[in-house]
Amino acid sequence: MTAAAVVVALIQLALFIFLAPVLVGVIHQVRARMEGRVGAGIWQPWREVRKLLAKNPVHAEGSSWVLTIGPIALLLSSLLLCVLLPLVGTLSLPFLPSDLFVIVSVMLVGVVALALVGLDSGTAFGGMGSSRHMTVAALVEPTVLLAIYALSIPVGTSTLSKIVETRLHTPAVIISPVSVLAMVALAIAIMAETGRLPVDNPSTHLELTMLHEAMALEASGRDLAWLEVGSWLKLTVLLGLLSNLAAPWGVLTDFTIWSVLIGIVAMTVKILLLGTLLSVGEVFMAKVRLFRVPELLAGSFVLAFLAVTASYLVA
Amino acid sequence: MTALGLGLMAQLGLTLATIIVAFSVPARARSLASGISCALTSTAGALTGALALAGWHGSLSIPFALSADPVELAPTQLGGLFMLMASIVGILVSVYGIGYAHGATASPMSWAALAVFLVGMQLVPAAADAVSFLLMWEVMALGSTVLLLTEHFRRHEVNSAVVWYSAMSQVSFLLILAGFAVLATSAGSTSFAEMRILESDSWAAGIALVLLVLGFGSKAGLVPLNVWLPRAHPEAPSHISAAMSAAMVSMGVYGVLLACVQLLPAGPPWWGALIMVLGGVSAVYGIVQASVNSHLKVLLAHSTTENMGLVFLAIGASVLLRAYHAETTADATLLAALLLTLSHALFKTTLFLGAGAIQHATGEINLDRLGGLLKRMPWTAASFGVAALAAAALPVTSGFVAEWTLLQSLIHGSGIEGTPVAVALVVAMPLGVAVVALTAGVALLTFVKAFGIAFLARPRSAEAAAAAEVPASMRIALVFGALGILAVGILPGPIAEALASTVPANRSPTVRTVGAGGISIPGIGVLLDPATLVVLAALLLVPTLIIVRLNSRRHPIRVSALPWGGGGSRARPRMQYTATSYAEPLVRVFDDVLKPTRDVQVTHLGESRYLIERLQVNQRVTDVIETRLYRPVLNGAQRFGKLARHAQNGSIHRYLTYSFVTLLIVLVVVAL
Repeated sequence: MTAAAVVVALIQLALFIFLAPVLVGVIHQVRARMEGRVGAGIWQPWREVRKLLAKNPVHAEGSSWVLTIGPIALLLSSLLLCVLLPLVGTLSLPFLPSDLFVIVSVMLVGVVALALVGLDSGTAFGGMGSSRHMTVAALVEPTVLLAIYALSIPVGTSTLSKIVETRLHTPAVIISPVSVLAMVALAIAIMAETGRLPVDNPSTHLELTMLHEAMALEASGRDLAWLEVGSWLKLTVLLGLLSNLAAPWGVLTDFTIWSVLIGIVAMTVKILLLGTLLSVGEVFMAKVRLFRVPELLAGSFVLAFLAVTASYLVA
Repeated sequence: MTALGLGLMAQLGLTLATIIVAFSVPARARSLASGISCALTSTAGALTGALALAGWHGSLSIPFALSADPVELAPTQLGGLFMLMASIVGILVSVYGIGYAHGATASPMSWAALAVFLVGMQLVPAAADAVSFLLMWEVMALGSTVLLLTEHFRRHEVNSAVVWYSAMSQVSFLLILAGFAVLATSAGSTSFAEMRILESDSWAAGIALVLLVLGFGSKAGLVPLNVWLPRAHPEAPSHISAAMSAAMVSMGVYGVLLACVQLLPAGPPWWGALIMVLGGVSAVYGIVQASVNSHLKVLLAHSTTENMGLVFLAIGASVLLRAYHAETTADATLLAALLLTLSHALFKTTLFLGAGAIQHATGEINLDRLGGLLKRMPWTAASFGVAALAAAALPVTSGFVAEWTLLQSLIHGSGIEGTPVAVALVVAMPLGVAVVALTAGVALLTFVKAFGIAFLARPRSAEAAAAAEVPASMRIALVFGALGILAVGILPGPIAEALASTVPANRSPTVRTVGAGGISIPGIGVLLDPATLVVLAALLLVPTLIIVRLNSRRHPIRVSALPWGGGGSRARPRMQYTATSYAEPLVRVFDDVLKPTRDVQVTHLGESRYLIERLQVNQRVTDVIETRLYRPVLNGAQRFGKLARHAQNGSIHRYLTYSFVTLLIVLVVVAL
């Protein structure tokens, strides 16, 4: 069982490293087509990574080793997420249950690393991005944890693989009002956490509106490549998680060649579908003002809170 | 005499020796000799505490010449744990003090007071009856007050801080005294062993609990009794702040545990609700205040309020759960409270010592004037960084383990096997989770700000640019503090087992060690093994580093002179984000709680309405509790004082009249 879990973890790792740039490419391509442009093709992010890795990183005078270590820490936290989350399969490694609290904190390590990179260069933009990024992260956390709480109630544990398995075996749980509320809350939180519209505009280069881009301004070469790949991976695994919670079919629970293949194909299809959906949604949406974001997050917090209390009082 | 008795005796003896050393050794060697002596005292305390924690019994009784009961010291297991915690902090602080002490901090009085303060803290949890407890409590308060006065001749703010601190300590003392008095009259004894007979649903028990919780809460810095924290900490020397904030506030936790677990077990639900509300409000208020403060030590002081709030939230949850007979989760929350206290003691010591190192090296403590210290003070930066991670509850630190335990026990608290136990729990537990989560989120921002602004970027003042690493003894204390945090964070299993053994568990055992020192709570079926997580991270890190290495051989880093200035010529250090600007978005979000006052003055250039010559922005965040709650009370007291002055005009005739009237009244009363 342990060997099978290790194999599945390695498969997830490889699949997501390959898939993350593709997903971002698909998102950009769908958006371009919807806006009447030709687009650069779905392999463009891969080409960008290759380009960045072939350049010398430039560090401003006065910046420290955080500029080198921070991007690696972000990448590492995203890679850990790939291994820990039940994406292709729900087999879990010994002593490493896919506990949601652990997963959130591993993700937060990446958030902090990015914020420190933003501060390190000592420019106004980096600080601004970092400050906004952390404000959003601080306000997202209550929603995320309460949504986890709501999801954990029907299963009696916050271990994600158990939650996904329960949803697979009793699909009625998925469309229960409690679960829908929690999922909506979680989806909003994930959009905020990964810097998508309406919280952050991922394609902007206008200094005053950007969050993520502002922090990455001083990074270049492989530092920038790690930052980008880390963020893409985070987006991809979180979308994968959402899709597995909403439609757990195809995820492998016992280890055979066929189930592995089905798991890989199902995950790929689900992620690309969700990515397309996200991209289409973003075309019709504008970024909200930064100071309206707390209202959005407060709304999703209320949904999560309702989900938790309702699951006891209604059921 | 038993080993414990000998240990307690050694503590008292060594304290006396430290006082003698402090006053007799010449100034050159004073800090070294007294620091070592203080550290030895604390080591004796640590050994005694460890023995008591391991379940040894023993006592020391110190008779008075007066016809009063002797002072009885007999630490229980719980007491031993808190002795150990206070002593570890004491050792770190004493070692740090050797290099840090200078000027007034290195005076004989200051070292002697430190010894008294440390031993007072170590003996509070050893006390076996209420009178000895209160005596040690006052020794602790006295020592800390003297230490707080250390720099009174240099800064006049110190005087006001000392007045606030002593007033609040006395309020706390009186509340505790009253609480113990209620219990003692009902039980007919002042010994802790006999005071626990009281029926816990009686009125007397309720009153005693409220008094004790308020009294101990004030020492722990809970809202609304937290006003002394942000005043005392910036004025005290840093190692004293560390001892106060890490060890002394823990004594408040010990007191509440003494009340809720030993003296008054199994209280009604409203006790738990009361403690939870106090803790929850303190946690949120503390961290929001911390997040917007730019003064590093004030920031840390508010963060103490936050952490103690979380501890009280956990204790309250355990009382509430026990009231509804959810025993396993109650045990788990109590374990969470102990882990939170231990973790806080470790990281807050390191953070305050780090702040002291910054102040020692730069003479600055305002984050807005720091920056770029990572390269100049690598040891301090690394230790402060680890402690900041723990304060933000990130893996793999003690803070993460503690908060994980708390969250897990809370989410398993509202129902047993998916069925709700009581409506109160169904509402209280999600609110508890929300408070913990919001606190964790804002703490993340706070400590990214504290670390990032102080240690990263470019220096924001000449002093910060000229900083150099601190002396060896300070570095040793810092590094050991950080190592302690990591040890608890990576191998929490055995430590959690030791902690859980100090409180009576209803189903054995509350916690088990799994894997490589991981923690597992069988009652609620959860496990966490940080060591495995570290191994996994290392496995992923190695190939990543190999790729980085290969890439950097072909594409080395180029250092350019300037960071990008947005098209402008030069991005000067003054144009960086400061701590104040970093917290600005959060100030706007929590506008209603913080009530910031902004004052913007624009000077226009000549006649132009569009060109600006100078822009001055003043923003102050006021402490709402102080302005809304304490000011009116203090003003009322002052008004009463003025009225009373009319009655006291110094005229002998008037005083004679007063005496006459009083005599008349007494006669009338006696006649009736």
